[in-house]
Amino acid sequence: MSNSNFTRRGLLKTSSLAGAGLAMPTIFTASSVAAYTNEPDGSGVTLGFNVPQTGPYAEEGKDELRAQELAVEHLNGEGDGGMLNTFSSKALQGGGILGNKVSFVTGDTQTKSDAARASAKSMIEKDGAIMINGGSSSGVAVAVQGLCQDAGVIFMAGLTHSNDTTGKDKKANGFRHFFNAYMSGAALAPVLKNAYGSDRRAYHLTADYTWGWTQQESMQAATESMGWETANNVLTPLATTDFSSYIAPVLNSGADVLVLNHYGGNMVNSLTSAIQFGLRDKQVNGKQFEIVVPLYSELMAAGAGENIKGVLGSMNWNWQLPDEGTKAFVKSFGEKYGRPPSNSAQTCYAQTLLYADAAMRAGSFNPCAIVEALEGFEFDGLGNGPTLYRAADHQCFKDVLVVKGAENPTNEYDTLEIVEVTPRAQVEYAPDHPMFAGGELGKCNPGA
Amino acid sequence: MDALILQILNGLDKGSAYALIALGLTLIFGTLGVVNFAHGALFMIGSFCAVSLSKILNLSYVTLDETQTDFLGNPLKVKTPYVESIFGADLGASIIDWAVPLAILFSIPIMIAIGFIMERGLIKHFYKRPHADQILVTFGLAIVLQEIVKHYFGANPIPTPAPDVFKGSLDFGVLLGFDANAIIYPYWRLVYFGFAAVVISAVFAFLQFTTFGMVVRAGMADRETVGLLGININKRFTIMFGIAAAVAGLAGVMYAPINSPNYHMGMDFLVLSFVVVVVGGMGSLPGAVAAGFLLGILESFASMNEIKALIPGIDQIIIYVVAIIILLVRPRGLMGKAGMMED
Amino acid sequence: MFGLGKHDLKILIIVAILALLAPFILNPFPADSAMAQFNAGYPDLMQRFAIYGIFAIGFNILFGLTGYLSFGHAAFLGVGSYAAVWMFKLLSMNVLPAILLSVIVAGLFALLIGFISLRRSGIYFSILTLAFAQMSFNLAYSVLTPLTNGETGLQVYNDDPQILMGPNSSTVTNLFGLEMRSTYTLHIGSWNFDFAVGYYLCALIMLAMFYLSIRIFRSPFGMMLRAVKSNQTRMNYTGLNARPYTLAAFVISGMYAGLAGGLLASMDPLAGAERMQWTASGEVVLMTILGGAGTLIGPVLGSGFIKYFENIFSKINENVLHEWFSFLPQGLENIMVWMVSPFVGSGWHLTLGMLFMLIVIFLPGGLVQGGQKIMHLFRRDRPEDDKPGAARQSTPAE
Repeated sequence: MSNSNFTRRGLLKTSSLAGAGLAMPTIFTASSVAAYTNEPDGSGVTLGFNVPQTGPYAEEGKDELRAQELAVEHLNGEGDGGMLNTFSSKALQGGGILGNKVSFVTGDTQTKSDAARASAKSMIEKDGAIMINGGSSSGVAVAVQGLCQDAGVIFMAGLTHSNDTTGKDKKANGFRHFFNAYMSGAALAPVLKNAYGSDRRAYHLTADYTWGWTQQESMQAATESMGWETANNVLTPLATTDFSSYIAPVLNSGADVLVLNHYGGNMVNSLTSAIQFGLRDKQVNGKQFEIVVPLYSELMAAGAGENIKGVLGSMNWNWQLPDEGTKAFVKSFGEKYGRPPSNSAQTCYAQTLLYADAAMRAGSFNPCAIVEALEGFEFDGLGNGPTLYRAADHQCFKDVLVVKGAENPTNEYDTLEIVEVTPRAQVEYAPDHPMFAGGELGKCNPGA
Repeated sequence: MDALILQILNGLDKGSAYALIALGLTLIFGTLGVVNFAHGALFMIGSFCAVSLSKILNLSYVTLDETQTDFLGNPLKVKTPYVESIFGADLGASIIDWAVPLAILFSIPIMIAIGFIMERGLIKHFYKRPHADQILVTFGLAIVLQEIVKHYFGANPIPTPAPDVFKGSLDFGVLLGFDANAIIYPYWRLVYFGFAAVVISAVFAFLQFTTFGMVVRAGMADRETVGLLGININKRFTIMFGIAAAVAGLAGVMYAPINSPNYHMGMDFLVLSFVVVVVGGMGSLPGAVAAGFLLGILESFASMNEIKALIPGIDQIIIYVVAIIILLVRPRGLMGKAGMMED
Repeated sequence: MFGLGKHDLKILIIVAILALLAPFILNPFPADSAMAQFNAGYPDLMQRFAIYGIFAIGFNILFGLTGYLSFGHAAFLGVGSYAAVWMFKLLSMNVLPAILLSVIVAGLFALLIGFISLRRSGIYFSILTLAFAQMSFNLAYSVLTPLTNGETGLQVYNDDPQILMGPNSSTVTNLFGLEMRSTYTLHIGSWNFDFAVGYYLCALIMLAMFYLSIRIFRSPFGMMLRAVKSNQTRMNYTGLNARPYTLAAFVISGMYAGLAGGLLASMDPLAGAERMQWTASGEVVLMTILGGAGTLIGPVLGSGFIKYFENIFSKINENVLHEWFSFLPQGLENIMVWMVSPFVGSGWHLTLGMLFMLIVIFLPGGLVQGGQKIMHLFRRDRPEDDKPGAARQSTPAE
């Protein structure tokens, strides 16, 4: 391998020569024996649950893990079956997947792309995991999705809300059940219009990273389309703990609505600051000042305490929904853990079931077969009403919840109340929508 | 103009938090010369003193209410705090409401005890060890402390509101003749500012005007000579460590209503507090306080829209830019002493 | 041989044997046994051992020799990774140009930061480096997103130019066609041993870098750096300017960090901004101190130790514990699980923190000293003053 021959042709020639000479070892790769990465041998199948267990989202991760464990129990025919009983597809009978008993391994993403990939890699390389599920941030989801695409396993995303996950970073081996920033905007806008009128000026505080930007872009587009103006959009550093200097100028800016495009710890702190400044007690432009938090999570809402009272936001799912799937899930989750599941728990549970079901219907664990089975799959009974896994971008389309901080919570889990269930038709968009443009699914990769 | 005044107010408030944290750190790090990576953890424990007290006051007995049901359809468990049954519903409720201010009293003995134990049990053996070892041991301690808190309180932030009377905000602008709503400021943050001022003055007065303080200052300047004079400086350093822990803890207690405490909040403040202390200058208490306020105010200015429009992302890096400039212009920070941790 | 003394040669050979046989050494337990949880011999983790070993070896050249404690070394690892991924995006998936560029870019970046930061010493130097690294991290996460892809991390897309890619070129990272991920798995009984191309590339580079670091330690240049550590003032009085030497050491260790970053990206073509955060800088400091600052092999041990806990202990969940203790009666099993579970899985930080404290309290010279203590048990005839730990006491590390 000479370094001097560094023209394009030269390099190509050298590399093809070297490639031919060194192709030997690849013959021995494990993948050449199996048809695809980590093909189960019939005795069992391993799923990888990669969730944050340390750091700010540890609680979220813990709840996801609870749901995933529950899902494995139900797949193996233990417990009361949960949503298996209400799922519209009846391929799963509680006898494992394709005769394989389901087992799982867990890992810690630390909510860092690097650590999440390391953890996912160890599941794939060491434990033979055939599917990775979980996570509570878009950065991690996109990073792990890319890894799974390369490694030839299926990635069933957990909580990830950025448009990019099924937009510019979409991958054939990756699937997202959770809703996204665009859907939040589309679902919230009409409710906001009804509640606060169409003549409003919004002030956006936006977490200064990719998810925050897509969230803000979506909210601005949706609210402007119904007549609102956007007074300002201020980016706040991720590491901010004290938002006072961003909140203080809001009241004097002529805006009468504050949109907090923050998640997790940022959301808790910025909302707490906004309430301390008494924003919701003020009148601006002759109207009551209002605050909107586009993405809610019940665990983080609990961290903000009483401050969320009356604040509108959106969710993927909530345990208070009246449908049969939700009831069954809440019952079996509540009986096992003594608390209702969060929406990130529900999405991980549903994703695990959807994967298992796809494998059953496809009759194979081959990622390409699974992709084929999931693409365009229509189902119901998993708590979100009729749902479609769109083939074009592997995004689920379903109803979106608009929720509000409960005025009089009767218990600690009752912090949010459902305001409206926005029907699926209203949050749908074309696969080539500009907010999702760029990137391509590519081909499914079985890893062989 | 009003925007500037607003940001100065903001900066003073932020700065008072920074100054309080840095003050405690500089007592240990700047004067005893121990690189204490567990300082953020002390701040965090202070916050959790407030959380614990509010949990203790909220200890409840459970009665079943048959008319309501919980999420599984079982009869709802209604909790009534013991405090309310002992002191009556009204007084009990207001005691619970005042949990955070009460936690000041609750936290001082706890924090001093933690400081003593830390110094006697661990740090004492590291005065003569290389700074690298101090970093490792205090970092290990910080992790252990925060993992213990995580184990008992979970990873989520825990809302710890201020008493009801401090809710809402004061309209400063009206007082100064500006429009309504131009300059508003939350009551609790004003309380925090005042509280920080009191604590900082108290520490200064203590070191400046008491014999104990005099000996400690002498010990910082020349430990050996003071020891030769027959004064037990070690005991006094232990007490200083306790005071430093208490200052950090108090900063944390009062901070709890501003940001809901979570187990890793100490790590969020750790880097910042070191930057503040070093920018202030090693070994200088006034330097640390001045640097705290300076960085707080500059950080607030940097978050103004006008300035962000001029230099995008300036609020991301302002603290570090200021730190670099000051350290390059003034080799020992604002008021640092020569020879302190310079080699 | 190799221009090394007998003692150094021995260390180099030991490290070489350990590195080359790592797939065996790290996989001591049969794959289907309960203890397989503790196996660390899978390609990704072995690569991390080698890569973070390089990072720590490089850091030790600066910190161990000159005593300058940089708290911003992760920035060089970060820019190294970004440089490497950009090479993948622009040229092809060949790792060679990527690694070369990452070293060069990190070197230049280190030159810039070192030139400014080395105007101060002691804690002031540490805070300057910390400030630069935190600025790099914050900007990479937000404003510099077009360059770094922010939160998501920089990765290779199908529509990237990749001007050197031919129609048959590999789409995964490779060295002239030799794919980094190709792995040969040897099955012996119920043992599995993975031999990955990527790992051996990392291991060979690590050995070369280890060799280089020994040469630096033993060179006149290394002596000069030690002089900086022991008494810089005296050195100045003798008419020597310490700055060029420390700057050279800073740049060299920055290039080591860049190399580590480039290798990380070569094994897994994604560069996340978190690699530059202060926690990452702190990690390499901890690795070096934990292993034994100023010793040759210490940093490698320290990095292996921390990465092992991060990747192995975090994966032990309650189910695994129940399996382990399933031989006990039900009640006892639950008690054992209850007792152990706070230290594993989501509690792996706790174990790590406690071990940090225990090691630094009982082994002032780091893991290396622990190893020496064990050696002493077997060879009592060795003179006492041969311990680097003892030597270190008199020359504090800063």
